[in-house]
Amino acid sequence: MSGSNPKSAYWAGFRNGAPFVLVVVPFALLFGVVATKAGLNLVETMTMTIAVIAGAAQFTALSLMQEHAPTFIVLATALAVNLRMAMYSAALVPHVGTAPRWQRMLMAYFLVDQVFAVSIARFDQRPDMTTAEKTAFYFGAASPIVPLWYLFSWVGAVAGTAIPASYSLDFAVPITFIALVGPMLRSLPHIVAAVVSITASLFLAGLPYSLGVILAALVAMVIGAQTDMWLARRKGGAG
Amino acid sequence: MIADKTTLWTVILLLGAGTFLIRYSFLGMLGGRKLPEWVLIHLRYVGVAVLPALVAPLVVWPAATQGHMDPARLAAALAALAVGMWRNSAIAAILAGMAVLYALQALL
Repeated sequence: MSGSNPKSAYWAGFRNGAPFVLVVVPFALLFGVVATKAGLNLVETMTMTIAVIAGAAQFTALSLMQEHAPTFIVLATALAVNLRMAMYSAALVPHVGTAPRWQRMLMAYFLVDQVFAVSIARFDQRPDMTTAEKTAFYFGAASPIVPLWYLFSWVGAVAGTAIPASYSLDFAVPITFIALVGPMLRSLPHIVAAVVSITASLFLAGLPYSLGVILAALVAMVIGAQTDMWLARRKGGAG
Repeated sequence: MIADKTTLWTVILLLGAGTFLIRYSFLGMLGGRKLPEWVLIHLRYVGVAVLPALVAPLVVWPAATQGHMDPARLAAALAALAVGMWRNSAIAAILAGMAVLYALQALL
């Protein structure tokens, strides 16, 4: 059975991460192209992409710098876009918190949306996995995603040719996130949390610096957890 | 054009360091310490709480259409969600979403 030792867990992670190559490649290309158009040379583009590996924050920082926003505002806004990753970091603790420090540091560096979503879905489905297996699965999921993020940022920066707008690659990003969410909606509290998240984020969309996303996520997390505990109490009372 | 290289390098290095600290925060501080049960229940919903919030405004008010609602993009998003739930597969969801988007853009 797959996932029964670290080596097979690594390859299971690799297989689950592999489909996201389809979205990472165009997203990375787009970043390379946009950064070059914004006046970054190859070294600057690649340093940014390797130091940050967070597409949404990188695009945010570029567009604010092009508008000549103060450095402080550029940093605060781009970091706010990444604040969701603190929640990812906390969610990983029960699963891989006992891994050696150097492994946790490397995991933190690779903590992008796709790697997190693919890993947490697996950890929830297989609670019997050991920490070593979970860690191996996580690195497996990151393996096809992160190197291609670097490579295609470089290709985009070198090729420099704009991708025709008719390909609508802008929409590859939301489609990926939706594709990550679909398989997670497997219980009533998960569905309730997702519906609250969408509703709240649309209502709060006017707030600056992506604060609407963070607030909507916090509200949705609390309501999802409350629904979970309410269902557990009801079940406990009936039994 | 971003001409000011000092600002650029300040942003690149501090954004990289800040993003790492956000990612490492709980993994680094808490390590193997046990979290209380109520915290664990909340953490179970992080993924479904964050990702839809990130996506909803991009679907309803896409930048590519200057923020105007676009029937092709809305339909593509619903198709990706439905196929993702039905097939339990992210790749099927991505393919379905992009297929619906291209088909409707060709038709409309």
